[in-house]
Amino acid sequence: MSTRQSTQTTPGAESALSPGERAPDFNLARSPDDSLSLGDLRGQPVVLVFYPADWSPVCGGQLALYNEILEEFQRFDARLLGISVDGVWCHKAFAEDKNLDFDLLSDFQPKGEVAEAYGVYRDGDGVTERALFVLDGDGIIRWSAVSPIDVDPGADGILAALEDLDEQEVTR
Amino acid sequence: MNASSLTPIDETDHTQGPDDAPVTLIEYGDFECPLCGQAYPIVERLRRDYGDDLRFAFRHLPLNKVHPHAAQAAQAAEAAGAQDAFWAMHAALFKHQRALEYEDLKGYAEDLALDTERFARELDERVYNKRVQADLRGGVRAGANGTPTFFINGVRHDGDFDFDTLSQAITKAGA
Repeated sequence: MSTRQSTQTTPGAESALSPGERAPDFNLARSPDDSLSLGDLRGQPVVLVFYPADWSPVCGGQLALYNEILEEFQRFDARLLGISVDGVWCHKAFAEDKNLDFDLLSDFQPKGEVAEAYGVYRDGDGVTERALFVLDGDGIIRWSAVSPIDVDPGADGILAALEDLDEQEVTR
Repeated sequence: MNASSLTPIDETDHTQGPDDAPVTLIEYGDFECPLCGQAYPIVERLRRDYGDDLRFAFRHLPLNKVHPHAAQAAQAAEAAGAQDAFWAMHAALFKHQRALEYEDLKGYAEDLALDTERFARELDERVYNKRVQADLRGGVRAGANGTPTFFINGVRHDGDFDFDTLSQAITKAGA
């Protein structure tokens, strides 16, 4: 079974916002003393990576891989953002441990509010789904995917979506 | 994420086992990754068990920001490969995952009786950097998600990579 198929059959995928919808704005802490607003990133593609928790084995691999290929995202001028319900200090320790060169945002207070707005909060577990959203420069969702929580989605779907975006920009 | 985005095996790949084996197992791995180190003897055992029914290929996915020696170790394997010793170096690197400094790499080349001058020069000049990065990019495009990532006949293996799980998947794929 390919991952794409499993992505589509995962239960959490049904509530997730779909391509074509406007990405809900948010302002989340990106460090103990700084925050980031999605609205400030207009004009460039944004990749939102919702993941269940810092330190979990799958998340470590997934984020470490994205970190390794940041240049691939930058070729599309895309900004990659990790989002989980972990607090800023937890994010800080995790990012330092993994040498992460992109922002991790804390959807911490009220807990999971942003994930909820994107339809990827797991009420029963109190964590976010493992979900990816690619937004265009106008803040419209152009691609999304929800993986089973224990399956690392890799980066191929994101890169393909960014490529599609790029082509559409050129022909527009 | 379909099978077609995986780069097919060609002559630039490092493979073990016959080209017409019914099952091809591709590993995207990192010589400094402890999980890849755990997978190494498992793959060796699979190769022994399946014999001519299995072709194995190793491609590089060095996660250098977590494993700072990984990229150079991958290049060392390629430099050894240029002297027909890829698999011997592959084995040496996995057996010494905690000793992957430049001098260590040269030592393994010496142990394998390679032309160490050439080996060191190629490492210094990063001759195989592009090749290694191309593996990484291709792996990511194919859906590789961390190390190790296995593909069995072109399909990413999402289960565990213990011997029984991999063995069942390989048998199911036709070996």
